[in-house]
Amino acid sequence: MRMISLAAFLFAFWLALSGHYTPGMIAVGAGCAILVALAAWRMRVVDAEGHPVHLLGRAVTYFPWLAIEIAKSAWAVTRVILNPRLPISPTMTTVKASQRSAVGRAVYANSITLTPGTITVAVDGDLLTIHALVRDGALDLEAGAMDRRVRDFEGGA
Amino acid sequence: MSALLIDAMSLLCILAGSFFTIAGAIGLVRMPDLFTRMHAASVIDTLGVSLLIVGMMLQAGAGLVSLKLIFVLALFFLTGPVVTHALAQAALHERVEPLLAEDRRAARGQAPPADSEGAPA
Repeated sequence: MRMISLAAFLFAFWLALSGHYTPGMIAVGAGCAILVALAAWRMRVVDAEGHPVHLLGRAVTYFPWLAIEIAKSAWAVTRVILNPRLPISPTMTTVKASQRSAVGRAVYANSITLTPGTITVAVDGDLLTIHALVRDGALDLEAGAMDRRVRDFEGGA
Repeated sequence: MSALLIDAMSLLCILAGSFFTIAGAIGLVRMPDLFTRMHAASVIDTLGVSLLIVGMMLQAGAGLVSLKLIFVLALFFLTGPVVTHALAQAALHERVEPLLAEDRRAARGQAPPADSEGAPA
């Protein structure tokens, strides 16, 4: 099932990049998609981690939420940068990632890094070490709103 | 009329994207150490790039070019955090000491991972 979905995604990607829609070309594209899917299967990377298609439905609500968070904190960091006094208070802290799967933890750690003002500098089991530009950024993460969001996103895997 | 509106929105997005890119670059110069500089850089490769690409998509119209621009944006969003994380961890490994106003790692009652601890407390 996951194989078919992977081949379909690869073929859609090929169609989007190609722009040539003659029968011959499309057949070549379909052949390539199937070959790559088979190669991935042989490499044993077609699993919940390599092709997490089961997250697609919930991604529709998670990604817009993340985009808004990114925009808000990018604006906050920009204000810090342009403030003549440069009011930074760099803080290191640790937070627990409550996600069950490795994919969930990776999404959480990467979401933290993607949000300007906070960087995941180390991952050890379910313990993330965070560097924040201002103290409030670290406190926000410790409060765990994003952690809960990602746990919902991960769902009952 | 609507073409004019789209042009105006595109211009607005590209100008805003340029603003955040320049702000990020200024931050890169103003920040005192490696870790804080990385925060400034992340403004560029999230909000700056997004606004620039949305502006370009408004110019390109609905079509394959816009789709490819979305792929470029997705590439930024998938590779950005990986590179940032790799850089931060490499710096900690090399014992680059982060400039800290507060270290809450010990206060949180959880020892930081031994192999990646940067600054001794």
